[in-house]
Amino acid sequence: MFDQLDALLLARIQFAFTVSFHFIFPAFSIGLASYLAVLEGLWLKTGDDVYRDLFKYWLKIFAVAFAMGVVSGIVMSYQFGTNWSVFSDKAGPVIGPLMAYEVLTAFFLEAGFLGVMLFGMNRVGRGLHFTATLMVALGTFVSAFWILSVNSWMQTPTGYEIGANGQFLPGESWAEIIFNPSFPYRLVHTVIAAYLTTAFVVGGVGAWHLLKDSANRHARKMFSMAMWMAALVAPVQIFAGDMHGLNTLEHQPVKVMAMEGHYESHPDGAPLYLFGIPDDKEQRLDYAVGIPKLSSVILKHDPDAPLAGLDTVPDADQPPVFAVFWAFRIMVGIGFLMLGIGLWSLVARWRKRLYDWRLLHRAAILMGPAGFVAVIAGWITTEAGRQPFTVYGLLRTAESASPLAAPAVAMSLLAFVLVYFAVFGVGTWYILRLMSGAPHAGEKGVKRTEKGPVRTAGITPGPTQNPGKDPDTLPSSQQEARDGV
Amino acid sequence: MAFDLTTIWAFIIAFAVFAYVIMDGFDLGIGILFPFFEVGDERDQAMNSIAPVWDGNETWLVLGGGGLFAAFPLAYAIILPATYPLIIAMLLGLVFRGVAFEFRWRDPGHRAFWDFAFTAGSLVAALAQGMVLGALLQGIEVADRAYAGSWFDWLTPYTLLTGLGVVAGYALLGATWLIIKVEGRALDHAYRIARPAFVATLILLGAVSLYTPFLEGQYWQRWFTMPSFLFASQVPLLTAILAYALMRALAKRRTYAPFLLALGLFLLGMIGLGVSMWPYVVPDQVTIWDAAAPERSQVFMLVGTAIILPVILAYTGWAYWVFRGKVGSEGYH
Repeated sequence: MFDQLDALLLARIQFAFTVSFHFIFPAFSIGLASYLAVLEGLWLKTGDDVYRDLFKYWLKIFAVAFAMGVVSGIVMSYQFGTNWSVFSDKAGPVIGPLMAYEVLTAFFLEAGFLGVMLFGMNRVGRGLHFTATLMVALGTFVSAFWILSVNSWMQTPTGYEIGANGQFLPGESWAEIIFNPSFPYRLVHTVIAAYLTTAFVVGGVGAWHLLKDSANRHARKMFSMAMWMAALVAPVQIFAGDMHGLNTLEHQPVKVMAMEGHYESHPDGAPLYLFGIPDDKEQRLDYAVGIPKLSSVILKHDPDAPLAGLDTVPDADQPPVFAVFWAFRIMVGIGFLMLGIGLWSLVARWRKRLYDWRLLHRAAILMGPAGFVAVIAGWITTEAGRQPFTVYGLLRTAESASPLAAPAVAMSLLAFVLVYFAVFGVGTWYILRLMSGAPHAGEKGVKRTEKGPVRTAGITPGPTQNPGKDPDTLPSSQQEARDGV
Repeated sequence: MAFDLTTIWAFIIAFAVFAYVIMDGFDLGIGILFPFFEVGDERDQAMNSIAPVWDGNETWLVLGGGGLFAAFPLAYAIILPATYPLIIAMLLGLVFRGVAFEFRWRDPGHRAFWDFAFTAGSLVAALAQGMVLGALLQGIEVADRAYAGSWFDWLTPYTLLTGLGVVAGYALLGATWLIIKVEGRALDHAYRIARPAFVATLILLGAVSLYTPFLEGQYWQRWFTMPSFLFASQVPLLTAILAYALMRALAKRRTYAPFLLALGLFLLGMIGLGVSMWPYVVPDQVTIWDAAAPERSQVFMLVGTAIILPVILAYTGWAYWVFRGKVGSEGYH
């Protein structure tokens, strides 16, 4: 029994670790792919080379981030079978096809358009290259669509039948499975999160280079674009998050109780706790600091609306409150900080100080990685909040795991941690090194030698013994001549 | 043998696995042979010969895994826990190798380390894949829709043999691929390396083929009783013919023939595997129909697969066409 529990806990830690690591890269890629499409579109529309330079600057970073997403994604596609075999057997008929669509989409995109996007700028016409960029952006969306549909179905399962052997089987309509009740909210909330994450990375990098040289036109442009995004999208995200929360209240009320730290029921208006230390054993929130009635106002739009608490839920069906409560607060806190930066940037614009307000730039640099923290925190909120179930209310996590001994899982977890930190540490270091270079006119794209092949993805081939000229260094008149070949 | 949806899916998964083996096989093989290449130009040429295609190749592995999960969830749920340490080792090997690819050029200060990571990752991945195959063939203990064996069932002399067989086979694919792609001294070297890889592959293939019928009742019957013997015996016969042709092609320093013949050997191995296992996906325990997802799942996936897979194949073929020819000479235009 004790061994079982250990193996289960280790398997959960392993999944949390590998999925969080993986999720960082797609969250960045989704936003960055769209940003690249916007940059290229603006370049084609205005003919202003600053956009082309920024496109090439961020393209190099995109190539590395995308490759790391693919590599860590391969692990995810096997993780269900290795560590969660019972879940795979039972839920496979429903979520397997959705995941297969995700793989097919990602594959299609990677095989088809990424190579053209990364290396084709001087090889194909502008229209075709822009199409490739748009397709890559679209592809990241479609991937997110399928994988979030899977996740949403696990949270709010619909459209299934229970077959022999306790398997979930698809019902009459796949649409009912794919578009399950929480899916639209989760999709919108997650995609906007990816956009904000990217905006703050771009803004942070722009601010960094503005601090060094506030006259750098490229840094100005990227900082300005990122701050528009922050100012316009952060409020939208707060609204979308609120909608998502109301949807969760409807379908997963216990998760909301954990998010709010409501161990007790509040028959006449529930407080919004700003701080507290949840204690699952004692079923109470220690050191609670709250605003009376506000939770009812937010969730029910009525200060005196009753809200049930975890005292109405058996202990065995409760999620771990501490993780959910704090992850939720971190996510919301970062959301409001993002809004603050966005509003600050509007004030700076109005005062014509956007490019020389050093305090704003320092704050933007600090907020550069904030999106990643918020995304992981949001992920923990929704996933830990789904506990103790894998398929909400229907299949328990404890009944989903593979029949593995704890030492096996412990060994593999250790190996994952070591390899991931080594490998992705190097990758992250490299991305940071790319970001530390100032964006400038005549920016080179992904470096490639004349001899080197066009890649179907991620990496750059090395120099051969007699490297030719790098086509990116051609004068622009010649470059134009090469376009459309 | 009714041609139902389940059979179609079995063939699609088999195709994805085979596509993975022949495509990622040669680039894993180059990783395995890497220490034997001279530092500098020869290694760079070898790397460049697979740079445009390697991660497209690797994606077939995700397709195979994802496809197995979707079409045969029970098989996925039994085989992966049964070969747990092997799968984890393979994944970590591939992670290492993929990143080594990425940073070998970008971080020349640590090139020796990245070269080591490239070789070690390739070797571990290939060995693990071969051992998974062996573990599957020798049978997996199943009880109540789950793996019921112990921790080390996958580690036997037989699985070590299949593991080494796959390593040698990939090395042969890698060497013969290089024959197509490189020139000058590297080309001479590729021919020299191909020979021992070929001999090792042949010996290990023979050993595995002789060992396998003694594992399970079904295999013996398939291979050595009438009437299936008439069909099955064609496989070793063709293998012998191909092996002879490959030997001649290497001696005559042909360009394309060695690689194509090596692919042929792998195809025959795959057919032999099918002869041994059909219609089981876990020998003697789970047939493809036992493991299959319901018809609704199969139909739903088939729609997307039927549209996307041919496009992917066409594009892959086109990419290989674009990057045809020698890697270090004319360059690509």
